[in-house]
Amino acid sequence: MLLKELCELFGPSGWEDEVRNFILSRIKADEIIVDSMGNIIAHKIGGGKKVMVAAHMDEVGFIVSGFTDEGFVKFKTVGGILTTVLVSKKVLLGEKRVPGVISAKAVHLQKRDEREKLIPMSELYIDIGAKDKDEAKSLLNLGDYGIFAGEYTEFGDGLVKSKALDDRVGCATVLGLMEQEYRNDMYYVFTVQEEVGLRGAIIAANRIRPDYALVIEGTTCSDVYGTKPHETVTNLGGGAVMTAMDRAAVSDRRYFEMIKNVAERENIPLQIKRTSMGGTDAGSIQRSGGGVKTAVLAVPCRYIHSPVSVMSKNDFDSVGRLSAAVLNELERSDI
Amino acid sequence: MELLKKLAECWAPSGREDRIRTLIASEMEPYVTDVYADSMGNLICRKKGNGKRLMFAAHMDEIGFMITNIDDNGFLRFTNVGGISAHNCVNRGVVFENGTTGVISYEKSVKDLNLDKMYIDIGASDKAEAESKVSVGDMAGYSEGFALMGGRAASKSMDDRVGCYALIRAVQLAESCPNDLYAVFTVQEELGLRGAKTASFNVEPDLGVAIDVSMVGDVPESDHHSLSLGKGPGIKLKDASFIIHPKAREFMLKAAKAAEIPYQLEAAAYGGTDAGAIHLTGGGVPAGTISIPTRYIHSPREVVDIADVENTVKLVKQMIEMGI
Repeated sequence: MLLKELCELFGPSGWEDEVRNFILSRIKADEIIVDSMGNIIAHKIGGGKKVMVAAHMDEVGFIVSGFTDEGFVKFKTVGGILTTVLVSKKVLLGEKRVPGVISAKAVHLQKRDEREKLIPMSELYIDIGAKDKDEAKSLLNLGDYGIFAGEYTEFGDGLVKSKALDDRVGCATVLGLMEQEYRNDMYYVFTVQEEVGLRGAIIAANRIRPDYALVIEGTTCSDVYGTKPHETVTNLGGGAVMTAMDRAAVSDRRYFEMIKNVAERENIPLQIKRTSMGGTDAGSIQRSGGGVKTAVLAVPCRYIHSPVSVMSKNDFDSVGRLSAAVLNELERSDI
Repeated sequence: MELLKKLAECWAPSGREDRIRTLIASEMEPYVTDVYADSMGNLICRKKGNGKRLMFAAHMDEIGFMITNIDDNGFLRFTNVGGISAHNCVNRGVVFENGTTGVISYEKSVKDLNLDKMYIDIGASDKAEAESKVSVGDMAGYSEGFALMGGRAASKSMDDRVGCYALIRAVQLAESCPNDLYAVFTVQEELGLRGAKTASFNVEPDLGVAIDVSMVGDVPESDHHSLSLGKGPGIKLKDASFIIHPKAREFMLKAAKAAEIPYQLEAAAYGGTDAGAIHLTGGGVPAGTISIPTRYIHSPREVVDIADVENTVKLVKQMIEMGI
């Protein structure tokens, strides 16, 4: 299954090669460019408006920052990972995909106040089973990247848990859209380094200079135990998510209304994101060049930026159908 | 003051600038060669001239609120659009684009006030009634209107309708135009100087001047700020977003002297204006900012001095009439 394959690829920000090669092996277009930062830009020539459809290839991860005499690996996070998520998680590091586990001082050695507090990042390390520094350095180099190890598993009633749903759900959706034909001048873009500040999208958008952009994402979902109704952000199973405003961009108003209308007409479940936190490539794209009209559609993901983010296959399907309907509508209407 | 009142009372939170754009376009059209909106929604008014491209920027948007949830009892939860501080909005009135009005209040106690614990009451008795008036993603602005206080005036959105006013009036009054003039009314300044970035990319100015409000240090127990109300427009030398370019400084000081108006120099530690976005466009643009001294910025009652406003009009008019 395409989404499973995509989710299990190794692609922390700045090290997206495996994802890029996988996607390149599967796409057909009139022109395919890998730009200087590593974004894939696949152009299917058409008349009419220039439309950029974007999903990011990168995932949050780790970078090796040093080795201890005992053979443990010191690291930094790449992208936004909460320290609370880290302890006891399995990771894969470097080109050899060396398995490791993030750990900290044994609990019986922690003082009482240490046990009750969050262990700071600086005291965590990754255990790769090496007996000393030399062995660790024979397996890994300083600067090597890592990811959460989190296999794709289906469970419950149509739910999926996996690492990297953010944003392989977007990559899978864009690959699906590329199977169709749209009359506009279509640019399908798989960006790099979104998780470290919407970086790849900036230069991709500056190269393309699109009229419209549609960004496909995985987004926060907090419909869980202990959350008040107004704090849930999105609901799992509640359908595709559209953003009115987040930290990076306010969606173009007419575009936003158009998508709402299309969802209603096509009977596709749609929810509006109930927070302004977070940001997507739309922020970079919207303010590239002389400005671009942007909108964001997303799949709600519980426990996002962890090895076990959870989504509903129905929501994923809604995002796919709605984005296709929106691209069709962009051929017909001017917004 | 009728125009300033109309501008200040117009409804236009960041990203929802349609109304103010229409209002300003109708004021500008008779006086310029070309009026158009770019894809972000910036209103670009060009008065064609043979000289270099001189761009002014005043932002049209205002701070506001976006609805994030509607509960079973018809109360609305919200997030800030731009710099809203919790204590400024307690029990203040707000208005939505469709005219629905509401009041902002808070859970339990004013201690530990933050926006997550606040809500908007639009008088709905249940969810269905609330949903018939507003939707998640809708925006609201402060509803406080324009009021004269002697020689000073208070309103919501003086930031930056007073800048829009100065730019509109200066273009209307200008007797000559040796430069290729671009009067730009930008969007989404309050969200991070966003509109000015694309507007400036489109215009490619040789010199850019933002016109915006700035904080004063003349109120009781105030922290030190350069500006005082009533002592003329400020020429901003720096804030957190830019440092004035020597060319812009020279041009602006020359204009202030030629206009024979009082003016103040200002150096600010924080804050930002559209000049911050303009000066980093393309290969770089010399830029500066004219500051209109303002009290209680980002509150529903922002206070300006009318003589300062009219002196700002004179300063901008002078700059329009001078070759760069």
